[in-house]
Amino acid sequence: MPGAQERILRRRINSVKATKKITRAMELIAASRVVRAQQRANAARPYARQITKVIEDLAASGASVDHPLLRPANDVRKIAYVVLTSDRGLAGAYNSSVIRATERELHANRLAGIDYELITVGRKAAAYFRFRNYRLAQTYEGISDKPTYDNAREVAEFITALFESGGVDKVILAYTEFISIASQKVAVRTFLPLEAEETLAELGSAAAVAAYEFEPSPEAVLAALLPRYVEARLFAALLDAAAAEHANRQRAMKSATDNAEDMIVRLGRQLNRARQDAITTEIMEIVAGAEGLKGDKGDGEDLFLDRLSAPHAFPAHQEHPYSASGHV
Amino acid sequence: MTLQVELVSPEGILFEGEADMVIARTVDGGDIAFLTGHVSFVGTLAAGLVKILQPGNHTQLIAAHRGFVSVSHDRVSILSDVAELAADIDVARAEAAKARAEEALLARSDDDEARASLRRSEVRLQVARG
Repeated sequence: MPGAQERILRRRINSVKATKKITRAMELIAASRVVRAQQRANAARPYARQITKVIEDLAASGASVDHPLLRPANDVRKIAYVVLTSDRGLAGAYNSSVIRATERELHANRLAGIDYELITVGRKAAAYFRFRNYRLAQTYEGISDKPTYDNAREVAEFITALFESGGVDKVILAYTEFISIASQKVAVRTFLPLEAEETLAELGSAAAVAAYEFEPSPEAVLAALLPRYVEARLFAALLDAAAAEHANRQRAMKSATDNAEDMIVRLGRQLNRARQDAITTEIMEIVAGAEGLKGDKGDGEDLFLDRLSAPHAFPAHQEHPYSASGHV
Repeated sequence: MTLQVELVSPEGILFEGEADMVIARTVDGGDIAFLTGHVSFVGTLAAGLVKILQPGNHTQLIAAHRGFVSVSHDRVSILSDVAELAADIDVARAEAAKARAEEALLARSDDDEARASLRRSEVRLQVARG
């Protein structure tokens, strides 16, 4: 039946248009969230800088830097992986790249005989690893979109406790670094133990002039400071990951919107062709019918064709509303 | 000569300005006041008030429940992940928390968490009332 294909195409065009509206809205929302997430990441920087400065001052004063969080692991038998992903999808390759990088690292270390613990932030990582029967030590959900410092503290406390109890010898953090709106990079880094030799020794020699007074004592200040430092670092990573998530989602939704536009144009062309085919078929049928009637009558009288002048059969080619040029 | 003071939390810089004197409470050290020319100092804050005396007889009170104070070259940096300015404190909530903590302490006097909570809400109320 002519027209059936047209109807199907029209329905598809309408559904693609509806999808396009949704993806466009998501793109705009993500764009505004990237800005906000970036602002939060910037607001968190002074605190991290100040904490680092106090640690520098401590090192400069020659305080002993012997602390469980600073002790390098000599014999690593178990590594905890902390994976920062999002709760929601539709963010392009954002989640899968972090997850894949973690899994690769985990497998490489497992071949070397190192056991693992998994701590996931975000529903996506939890779902992925659970489905593949990994052991999950702890999962956090509902914080990756808009992480607060309290969230960071909660996660940091769990990780620190796991590390200090000797349950794991090393903690690796996998997340997405936000470099700019256009560029985000997966980072897999050692989170604990804190790299004491590098940071402290280096800084100590650089600023070994200041003489500080410490209250109650350098060791006590360090012991109070390091957990805060761990929290601040995790908080910075969470904020980075959130900004990267929104940037990725914005990009994914932009290309989805572009694809929907292309698709509407393509389907519009198909629709026009189908419509023209249907018209041609109809004319063919009419002509064939007329011919048939003519044959029946036997004489030269034409019942139909004389009334069917060319302008009627082919109404001047008006632009049809669904033609490609009508949609941009 | 005045002190340059900044109060930094992970969510951002809460306060930045000049001061004639800053008073903070440190762990084991009690209240300690900083004037210009103070020796370089790093201390751990105990739950308590931070008082910033600004030029022109303004006093800025801050409830800092923990954190650090670092002083060098007439710059005072207060780092706290749980600090509140007077304007940010919800008096009704603090009072409710205080009542709750007192109740918990009546039931069990060795409840450290309740004791800390009581202390925090008292500091909050002190700050909010100036």
